[in-house]
Amino acid sequence: MTAVTAPSAVPVGTIRSRSTRQVSWSRRAPLLPALVFVVVVTQVPFVVTIWYSLNSWNLVRPGSRQFVGLANYVHVATDVQFRTALVNTVVLTAGTVIISMVIGVALAVLLDRKFLGRSVVRTLLITPFLVMPVAAALLWKTAMFDPTFGIVDYVLGPLVGHVVWLSRFPLASVMVEMIWQWTPFMMLLVLAGLQSMPTDVVEAAGVDGARPFAIFRELTLPHLRRYIELGVVLGAIYVVNEFDSIYMMTQGGPGVSSTNLPYYIYERAFLGFDVGQSAAMGVVVLAGTILVATIALRLIFTSFTGREEAA
Amino acid sequence: MAATDTLAAPPRAATRPTPAIRRRRRPGIGNVVWGVVAWLVGILFFFPVLWMVLSSFKTEAAAYTNVPQFVFSPTLAEYRHVFSSGVGSYFLNSAIATVVSVVAVLLLGTPAAFALSLRPIKKTSDALFFFLSTKMLPIVAAIIPLFVAAEAVHMLDNVWTLVILYTAMNLPIAVWMMRSFLLEVPSELLEAAEMDGARLWRSLREVILPVVSPGLAATALICAIFAWNEFFFAVNITAARAATVPVFLVGFISSQGLYWAQLAAAATIATLPVVLAGWVAQRQLVRGLSFGAIK
Repeated sequence: MTAVTAPSAVPVGTIRSRSTRQVSWSRRAPLLPALVFVVVVTQVPFVVTIWYSLNSWNLVRPGSRQFVGLANYVHVATDVQFRTALVNTVVLTAGTVIISMVIGVALAVLLDRKFLGRSVVRTLLITPFLVMPVAAALLWKTAMFDPTFGIVDYVLGPLVGHVVWLSRFPLASVMVEMIWQWTPFMMLLVLAGLQSMPTDVVEAAGVDGARPFAIFRELTLPHLRRYIELGVVLGAIYVVNEFDSIYMMTQGGPGVSSTNLPYYIYERAFLGFDVGQSAAMGVVVLAGTILVATIALRLIFTSFTGREEAA
Repeated sequence: MAATDTLAAPPRAATRPTPAIRRRRRPGIGNVVWGVVAWLVGILFFFPVLWMVLSSFKTEAAAYTNVPQFVFSPTLAEYRHVFSSGVGSYFLNSAIATVVSVVAVLLLGTPAAFALSLRPIKKTSDALFFFLSTKMLPIVAAIIPLFVAAEAVHMLDNVWTLVILYTAMNLPIAVWMMRSFLLEVPSELLEAAEMDGARLWRSLREVILPVVSPGLAATALICAIFAWNEFFFAVNITAARAATVPVFLVGFISSQGLYWAQLAAAATIATLPVVLAGWVAQRQLVRGLSFGAIK
């Protein structure tokens, strides 16, 4: 930005201070419709959720609604299934994000080389990410993990025998499907990072006799760090709220072995009709997310936008 | 140390004569090997999708085999079956929810992104923080009040409820993304428009829009993909009348049982629009998904 403003006759500082004083309503007004809309549709419901969480309210028992204070929270704190769902959410999110990122980095490094048909391979690789999540989950549940005619069983059957993947390893199966969907995303982010890297440096290091692995560790990885962080944060935002693949593949089962928090809250609200308790869970999840998001936001903001303004 | 080297290197390297080095990057035997590896991995990742498409052209009997069949006589019977099962109204609902919400996002988001891109002030970053934070909050915590509210105003199972929700869901992404496009507009252009006494709306329409229309298209595409694929709201607040394509897919399982060839045909139809759009606009996809952080 400085490069653009510097040649003008007026010193940059003057523009800044004048504008800060003169920021008028006409400047802010265009922001308002979007802001009001987002607040009304996405923020007010959260406030209402907090109110609901203080009530005992079951939709199938009309007139059951009454103020109960923090009773729902006490129930959530002692709910073993909620704790299982919480652990599952952490495992699913961390596992999916980390494994997708590791594979994504490897694939990006592979795609950063020149070879015949590179753009075709890139197109093939990003396709899983574009498949409608519901369809992807369906595809993995029926065509891949099916115990009798699934591809996974056909390939691994001779090695490990027949396995009913979705009931023996429900969480891992869901995770495999999600890694399949998320690896392309990580790869695209890292690839963007690799391609923004000045090639001269790498070439110079190569000429100076540095070994490829040393170049990767000393030059490439530090450069990629911001991109990897961004991928982890963004991936986590989306994956922590994952609902589709669990709904489609395992319905959270067997038992609650593959239930994550969004699915558990959904079950409580729409199958158990227990508004008060699911609202309390929602608030707990909300608080946790805000805590994590505040840290994550700073990370993205300083690492990308901050650089943009400093440059 | 490595970081300082990286920063210091480009100017030095730029003056260095490079032809001798360039020659080393020509494709060699190593690159051929890695190229083959890349192709294999690409095919591995693509295989499930390929399998879905292949299965959709099979008969149920051919789709249900212990040994996967790659050679078969293709049939369109399953597609005919899917189309005759009334997928049309679901497609119409998805199309309305997608198109109208994307238009609404652009109408609300463009002015907002414009206001946020003008000059970096404290309030700007606060507003941006706010927009991004709404995207991070677990939507499942908001679904009950939304459901209750929709019921109270008799808007359950109504495609316009989906339009409202999808607009709100996509606005944060759109604002971030469009701001990153607007920041690339030379600030002289804005200053000049302002000094000519052009009003905000005119400068927006006549100076900025032509420059950022590719960005607008990319934003629209990303928002359309999200709206088209959305399932959580759709399954919870719609029923027979307003259900969208993802809900159709799920309903197709329970009403028809598990007929894989049929499901594959339905899933292929449901997936095709987004896959094609994503293939065409790969770069914009990255930008949109990273909230415009990656150019």
